[in-house]
Formats: sequence, C-alpha cells, structure tokens
Amino acid sequence: MKKLINDPRSVVEEAVQGFGLAYAELVTVSEDPTYITRKDAPVAGKVGLVSGGGSGHEPLHAGYVGKGMLDAAVPGAVFTSPTPDQILPATEAVNSGAGVVHIVKNYTGDVLNFETAAELAEAEGISVRTVLVNDDVAVEDSLYTAGRRGVGGTVLVEKIAGAAAERGDDLDAVAAVAEKVNANVRTMGVALSACTVPHAGTPSFDLADDEIEIGIGIHGEPGRHKIPMENADSITNRLLEPVLADLGITAGDKVLLFVNGMGGTPLSELYIVYRRAVQVLAEAGATVERSLVGNYITALEMQGCSITVLRLDDQMTELWDAPVHTAALRWGM
Amino acid sequence: MVLDAGWAVKWLTLCAQAMAEHRVELIELDRAIGDSDHGENMDRGFQAVLAKLGESTPETPGAALKMTAMTLMSKVGGAAGPLYGTAFLRAATAVGDAAEIEPSTWADALAAARDGIVARGKAEPGDKTMVDAWTPAVDAARAAADGGSADLLGVLVAAAEAAEAGAVATDPLIARKGRASYLGERSAGHRDPGAVSSALILRAAVGAAA
Repeated sequence: MKKLINDPRSVVEEAVQGFGLAYAELVTVSEDPTYITRKDAPVAGKVGLVSGGGSGHEPLHAGYVGKGMLDAAVPGAVFTSPTPDQILPATEAVNSGAGVVHIVKNYTGDVLNFETAAELAEAEGISVRTVLVNDDVAVEDSLYTAGRRGVGGTVLVEKIAGAAAERGDDLDAVAAVAEKVNANVRTMGVALSACTVPHAGTPSFDLADDEIEIGIGIHGEPGRHKIPMENADSITNRLLEPVLADLGITAGDKVLLFVNGMGGTPLSELYIVYRRAVQVLAEAGATVERSLVGNYITALEMQGCSITVLRLDDQMTELWDAPVHTAALRWGM
Repeated sequence: MVLDAGWAVKWLTLCAQAMAEHRVELIELDRAIGDSDHGENMDRGFQAVLAKLGESTPETPGAALKMTAMTLMSKVGGAAGPLYGTAFLRAATAVGDAAEIEPSTWADALAAARDGIVARGKAEPGDKTMVDAWTPAVDAARAAADGGSADLLGVLVAAAEAAEAGAVATDPLIARKGRASYLGERSAGHRDPGAVSSALILRAAVGAAA
C-alpha cells in the first residue's frame, strides 16, 4: 500500500486539519469532537443543514459546507459513520432556532447514529427533520436488504435543499424539497478497481485486471456482480438502463445528468461516459438541462464512476442554479 | 467466584485484549462482505473503555456496563457503536445496582442486550447479523440457569459456546440486514463479523470468571 499519509490512524484528523487551513475563509473546524461548520454559523433565522458520514468520500461532506449548501459536516473514521457525540454538537452549532435538517445516507450505521443524535437534540428543544437519501438502484430487493444506499444523489440533495434553506424556506419546506430530490434521483456505479482503506492496508475486494464490478456503492464494498471489462459506451449503457427504468424516464422529461468519478478515474474518461449518457437520454426523449461531471462523492482511490439522473422541475432547477460557495462547488457568488 | 465489579472490570479488560488480538481477523471478515472497518472500530472502542477504567473504577457490575455502553456509543461509530452501546445499556439496566450478578440475572441481562440489538437494528434470527450469536447465547444461558445443574461458570460457558456456534452458523446464510445485505447471495460462504465479535465478548466473560 502506497499512500500519502503519516499514520493510518491519523488520516481523518490530519485531513480535516488541512481542509480547515485551506478553506479558513469558508469554514470553522472543531477537532474534538470532529465536525466542520460554515464560518458564519448559526445564520440567524435560517434552517441549519447537517450531513455527515464516513470519511473517504471527499469532497463529500466537508467540501459542501458553505453558503447555499451545508451548515455543518460530520466526518467519521474512513467508511465509518460518525458518532452521536459529534453529530449533536454540530447540530447545536448550526441551530439558529429555525430547526435543523439531517441529511443521512441510508446505511445502517449512519441511520442509527444520526437517529440517536436527533433524539438527543430534540430533548434539548431543537427541532430536527431527518431526510434519508437512498438513490442507488444497484440494491435490487429492498425487502431483504438494509434498503437502497445513499450515493451520488446525496450531492444533489445537499445542493438543492441548501439553496432552499439559504433563501429562507422553513424547516418543513426544506425537508420537503430534500425529499422531493431524493424521490426523483437514481444512481448506479461501476468499479474498475477496488480501493484500500488505510487501516486495512489491502484492497477492499479482489478484482482481476480484465474484470469490473457493476453496482458498487461508495465504500469499496463489492457490487451486484462481476463482468468482463467492456468499453465505455457499453458500461454507460449498462449503468444508465436500470437508472432510467427505475425513474420511469419518458419522452419530454428534463433531467440533471451527474457523472461522478470514484476518486481514481481521470476526468477525460468521465467526459467519455457523459458523452454516451447524453446520447442514451436523447434516445429516450429526455433533455439534459443541467450537468455535473467530476469527483464529487468518491471511494478513496477507487477507479470507476457512477451515473446519477435527477428528473427536474422548475423548483429544483431554480434551486440548483442558486448561488453556492463551498470548497467543492461554487457558482453565482 | 462471584460476578462482582472486579469481575466486570476483568471482563472488559479481556474484551479489549480480544479485540486487539482479533482486530485483523475482524477486518478480514468485514472486507469480504462489508467495508473493512469492524476490527478497527471495535479495537478503538474497547481501548477507550480500557482508558475509562484507568480513570475510575466502577463500584458495581451495572456501573461498569453502563460506562461501557456510553463509551462504545461515542467511540465506535458505524452500526456496531449504537448496537453494542444499546446492548450494554440494556444489560446494565437488567442487572441494576446489585453488587453481584446471579446466574439467572446473567441470562436476563443477555436477553435484555439481545432485545436492545433487535430493537435498534431490526434484524431477526437468520439475517446473518450479531443477533445470530446473541439469540442462541440467551437461550443457552437461560436453560443452564433455569436447569440449576450448571453453576455460575457453567452459565457463562453455555452462553459463550452457543454464541461461538451461532457465529459459525452464519457462514451459509444470506445477509438481509447491514452492509452485507447489498451482496445478496454473494454474502453466503462468509462469517458475519458482528457475530464473531459478539462471541469474543461472551468468551471474555468466561475468561474473567475462570
């Protein structure tokens, strides 16, 4: 294992310190317990938005703390959810009295830890709404699993709900728009290589040189099945087909197309995937109205990508276009 | 031999030793069907418990269990943190302020722990989770305590052996809860890491009494 680290056990701590130094004008870093808040938190009268989860998905979530997006991010150990003793103070720090929305990716650990923190916050008189993100169509049979995972759609939920909170929507309205994004977004991912968790030291799954793993999540867990390597267009077709089927995309739909790199894939390859995805959507009669291409929710140095499609309406489009200023997303300000 | 505060401290110390010794094994099991963090998280959590024991000595077994619950909940993260935290908290409530745990109370405490895990994690027996170690352990401890033939050590041993057998029995199961459930049929043929760490905890309880 070759990694630019000092000690596997201090990876998160040192990364968060570096992040705080790099974006000191945007965020404040609390080191013990670890969480990141936007510089001007709590913003008077504004609903607070808190998200969090295991580290290793950077820029998610700390990279989305700032104006027009998250008020706080709570990073756990690599691929491990944060604990209530981090989530609670982050929630307190961003509560202006207007309440707080927890955006939680649907994994057992994240759900349990955020649930506990929300109970504790409610006991202190803070109104908390929890929105679960579960956009991953790779998990097929939800009755017999922990349910669909939260993956690429999380970035879109955070941006759009963040814009709603920034313009002054109340707690119920912010939670409702976050739910609406989640209901209209689906994702499917592929890995060309596994990733190595620093403290584990070995790749998270075994994949031969000529094999790819279809239906991966963002934790280096194996996916739905292994298949022989194919070209970019074939893989794109394979990822997009279940996404479009599950969303029920029909002619005339307007969509946001998000091609996300898993951390170890060059942008040029993501653009090749994006090119084919636009063709497939056009064949389905859908129009790509907005786009996002890049490494926005990653699995360490994994090679691969995910394709996310969000069916837009005027409200979501307007909120997507609203100004945002964070470490990883910035436009309009 | 009695299950008093001294035994509880020794138990938790042996838990910390076991998690450190089996850290890599638990990571490997988790690598196969999860995300490679279980051994690291359990080791970090019980090292924190050990540090707490260094700061102050609990006066009753119940106090030791409660301290463990709070520490695991705040240090472990993932699903295991809240699940083990709830398990130890429910067990602490079951043993109350008593200076010593009686055999039937141990069975009650295990049942309370298992019920807490089920309530939080919503897993049922056969879902390939830690519940598959706890449920046979509860049944075995209950039978041994009620039968009256087993002494205190016998009750602890019965629970530990049943948990170990329960962990082994997760091998062929298809996971229906937790991260392994994403794999569906591909999860069969692997042992559930949470069931293994649960068995380690119950085995340490025997070691502390021996």
